[in-house]
Amino acid sequence: MTAPTDFTIAEARDALNAGTVSARELTEAHIAAMEAARELNAFITETPDRALEDADESDARRAKGEALGPLDGIPLAIKDLFCTEGVMTTAASHILEGFVPPYESSVSGNLRTAGSVMLGKTNLDEFAMGSSNETSYFGNVENPWRRDGDNRPLVPGGSSGGAAAAVSGRLCLGATGTDTGGSIRQPAAFCGIVGMKPTYGRCSRWGVVAFASSLDQAGPMTRSVRDAAILLGGMAGFDPKDSTSADRAVPDFEAALKVSVQGLRVGIPAEYAVDGMNSETSTLWDQGKAWLKDAGAELVDISLPHTKYALPAYYIIAPAEASSNLARYDGVRYGQRVEGDDLTELYENTRAAGFGIEVRRRILIGTYVLSAGYYDAYYIKAQKVRALIARDFTQAYEKCDVILTPTTPGPAFAAGEKSDDPIAMYLNDVLTVPASLAGLPAISVPAGLSGDGLPLGLHLIGKAFDEETMFRAAQALEDAAGFDDRPGQR
Amino acid sequence: MSLLEGRTGDWEIVIGLEVHAQVTSKSKLFSGASTEFGAEPNSQVSLVDVAMPGMLPVINAHAVEQAVRTGLGLNAQINLVSIFDRKNYFYPDLPQGYQISQFLDPVVGKGEIEIDLADGTSRTIGITRLHLEQDAGKSIHDQDPRKTLIDLNRSGVALMEIVSEPDMRSAEEAGAYVTKIRSIVRYLGTCDGNMQEGSMRADVNVSVRKPGGELGTRSEVKNVNSIRFIREAIEYEARRQIEIIEDGGTVDQETRLFDPDRGETRSMRSKEESHDYRYFPDPDLLPLELEQSWVDAIRESLPELPDQKKHRFISDYGLSVDDAAQLIAERETAAYFEAVAEGRDPKIAANWVTGELFGALNRTDTDLSASSVSADMLGNLVDLIADGTLSNRLAKEVFEIMFDSGDDPEKIVEEKGMKQVTDTGAIEAAVDDAIAAGAAQVEQYKGGNEKVLGWFVGQVMKSTQGKANPQVVNEILRKKLDG
Amino acid sequence: MAVDRDTVIRVARLARIKVPEGDLDTLAGELSNIIGWVEQLEEVDTDGIDPMASVADMKLRWRADEVTDGGIRDKVTSNASDPRDGMFSVPKVIE
Ligand SMILES: [Mg+2]
Ligand SMILES: [Zn+2]
Repeated sequence: MTAPTDFTIAEARDALNAGTVSARELTEAHIAAMEAARELNAFITETPDRALEDADESDARRAKGEALGPLDGIPLAIKDLFCTEGVMTTAASHILEGFVPPYESSVSGNLRTAGSVMLGKTNLDEFAMGSSNETSYFGNVENPWRRDGDNRPLVPGGSSGGAAAAVSGRLCLGATGTDTGGSIRQPAAFCGIVGMKPTYGRCSRWGVVAFASSLDQAGPMTRSVRDAAILLGGMAGFDPKDSTSADRAVPDFEAALKVSVQGLRVGIPAEYAVDGMNSETSTLWDQGKAWLKDAGAELVDISLPHTKYALPAYYIIAPAEASSNLARYDGVRYGQRVEGDDLTELYENTRAAGFGIEVRRRILIGTYVLSAGYYDAYYIKAQKVRALIARDFTQAYEKCDVILTPTTPGPAFAAGEKSDDPIAMYLNDVLTVPASLAGLPAISVPAGLSGDGLPLGLHLIGKAFDEETMFRAAQALEDAAGFDDRPGQR
Repeated sequence: MSLLEGRTGDWEIVIGLEVHAQVTSKSKLFSGASTEFGAEPNSQVSLVDVAMPGMLPVINAHAVEQAVRTGLGLNAQINLVSIFDRKNYFYPDLPQGYQISQFLDPVVGKGEIEIDLADGTSRTIGITRLHLEQDAGKSIHDQDPRKTLIDLNRSGVALMEIVSEPDMRSAEEAGAYVTKIRSIVRYLGTCDGNMQEGSMRADVNVSVRKPGGELGTRSEVKNVNSIRFIREAIEYEARRQIEIIEDGGTVDQETRLFDPDRGETRSMRSKEESHDYRYFPDPDLLPLELEQSWVDAIRESLPELPDQKKHRFISDYGLSVDDAAQLIAERETAAYFEAVAEGRDPKIAANWVTGELFGALNRTDTDLSASSVSADMLGNLVDLIADGTLSNRLAKEVFEIMFDSGDDPEKIVEEKGMKQVTDTGAIEAAVDDAIAAGAAQVEQYKGGNEKVLGWFVGQVMKSTQGKANPQVVNEILRKKLDG
Repeated sequence: MAVDRDTVIRVARLARIKVPEGDLDTLAGELSNIIGWVEQLEEVDTDGIDPMASVADMKLRWRADEVTDGGIRDKVTSNASDPRDGMFSVPKVIE
């Protein structure tokens, strides 16, 4: 019999329904795994007591024949960017250390309503700013994977690095992530799991610590495409408390997986063959094209001419919004406080001590690009480029239904390898950022291994609110790739 | 034009006002917390208002409607698409670290209103814009010896900031402007205009220049919360600036505070650093879009506004600008006047309302709504004058009794026997007595001193306790003395 | 455009982040690199393009004017480091 920690969500659901496993058994197995894998530092806060309580309630519902949610009894990890009522929420920042929200984010609340079990809060880059999970105040997360014959720790990617490591390392059946410029998809690719960012507006941002409001989206991180579809179904939904939440019904994403990709037009953007793309990655991309073609899809050459400018535009827009979003962390109403002789000192001391170096850097960049005399040259220019990038996609979707690219230029790197060159670090997101700027759904599917045994991901970008087509293509890739490698195997 | 005299000649004051008017609404602009005045600290604060992580704004439909209604009342352009921006600065009463406001694209654009001056003239003042924004919380500096305490009950309450053109030239004009704005929003029901509770307050921008010359550097006196203080602040500020310039100095562009106890303004050092608000569109909100038909429906539903009413009172009732301006200041007062004037001489009605009634209300610091003299009662009183039952003089006495007792004028006249005496027999007798008692005065009158007639009238009035009809007294006196 | 030391001081002050004297030059260098790198956007012809503030292709929703929140003073102040009399506190501000 499969170990409970090796189940997919779909398998666990079947086993729970068949009565071959209880929510408590599933949960206990994951708590044990979580505790045994503490060296990964995937969690900031473990909530085993709460998890067992959730599990027992689920088992009781099932025993009494009560209505069950779509994720009833499924143990999940929640990125520590989602505010959770009564459970410390830090955004991996010292400034929020000890902060206990008196409220529950809409997404984590939806998951509770769906019957899921919360194992704990996963580590991330501070305020979700980073691509390697090296900026967390609570320490780096380790990728469960190692290069062949090399035991040096690798980064899990970021910012949802703890979630990716936890899913990859079998510490939970699935996890929530958030993606601003690639923060779900890039760590998913680095850790050999599925990571999906829905259309902007599909998941509520209410109660999610904001990084860049016009870009932030929550999404599922799982070990299969089906699981991503199931988990997204539990997270998504219209929320009147978020003015940017889309008032649309949530489709049955899982049902969409049944439809083949026969006749689907898959766009291949010439501009995604970026400088610095590793040859294994290009090979894998070609492989992905072949897989989809073999499954009956039609490949279409498309052009997204402003791709190259997405990253610099992103690194103006995201820090600008962040500089304003993070102004509320001032030590007055919640969070850490460092006293000063006067008000200004209180602010300056609190924020200097409370924020880490990358967060401070981005706040300063964001403040600079919004400041008098620079606003038009930087911020407005970037928003215009953003409009061009969105237009590129709109034009491309006249010729295709979904777009295939690699997720990242290369596989996971070692801790410390890129952390002293911010721009080198930013380049990790070069392939994921354009879809973020355009608000489009996108998914990373593990599709193969690099020469030294590290997972690589393929990336699909869908049309706005057409996650279903994107999921279909993802399922086809997953079926063809047959990726069943797991960390620590070779 | 009113000029100020300085050592180097005359100076012109240039004034522009930013009036912050609290929108009358149950809940805040972007949260569902109450806007009720005077609650326990932080008891009307939602997680959004305290800027908890991940909290998001959702706009109050009624606040939008109120802003549009006010814009229409200011004869202003309504912008069908407007944008909410973040104005970024740190202050403890601003929990988000930014105020959600409207910067480049406000919901209401250019408009104009009339102001009414004491000399009976009116002027047009331009409105630059009206935008919606969040109010800040309250900083309490005097409750703790070492700390400033923060109450966020006001944080997030909807404000309309109404910005004028720099069209005013005197403290009086500025006062008249705020009076008119207050009157308009109260007519519309979009703001209660309560300046004591801070529902309306003004930032006053003042500069001085030689008449017709280049605009001078302005100072901004923040948050002045009464019309009297606005006038005082302007007068003080203008004098201060003239003195600086005449002494060879330059005026600083700065933010100042009015100290009502000293009648002075002073520099607000705490807000004195370079302001760089880094406005940008709030990414938590989308553009505010209005339907033209919705705006039109609001326009259709507007009540008659102060200026319209004023013009109607002047043209239909023949009132003076001053009387009309006084009567239209409050919707209730105008309605009261119209009830009194209904079927009566409107000028007499206006005189009674602006004269006796306003005088009594002011003297006793009473609101019209609490007045014991209803419009019906005052109308009856006017009727009693018209039909000769009361002389003007008696009517004033009756009014005083009405105001104190709340009794009907007929009842007062009846009970106190205050009817005017027109019975010639009784008056004749009183005249005879007066003539008999004033032999010396009779001599004087016969000698050609007409003025002495007043002495006789006084005697008659005294003996009839003021009730004799003065016209009849005069007639009989002349007949007897001349005959 | 290179970000100089004074600019770092000004921006850090606006952002209310204390930057130790000794870090100013390093920070100026880092910010200059990043700003220099984003300046490649100058190559893009954006004439006639409206800046895009949001990708959400929808109208701003309005909520009804009802009191649905508040009355949660304890929740609102439960995480404050130095609350007094149900209020937040900061060092005394002289206005
Ligand atoms: Mg102002
Ligand atoms: Zn304002």
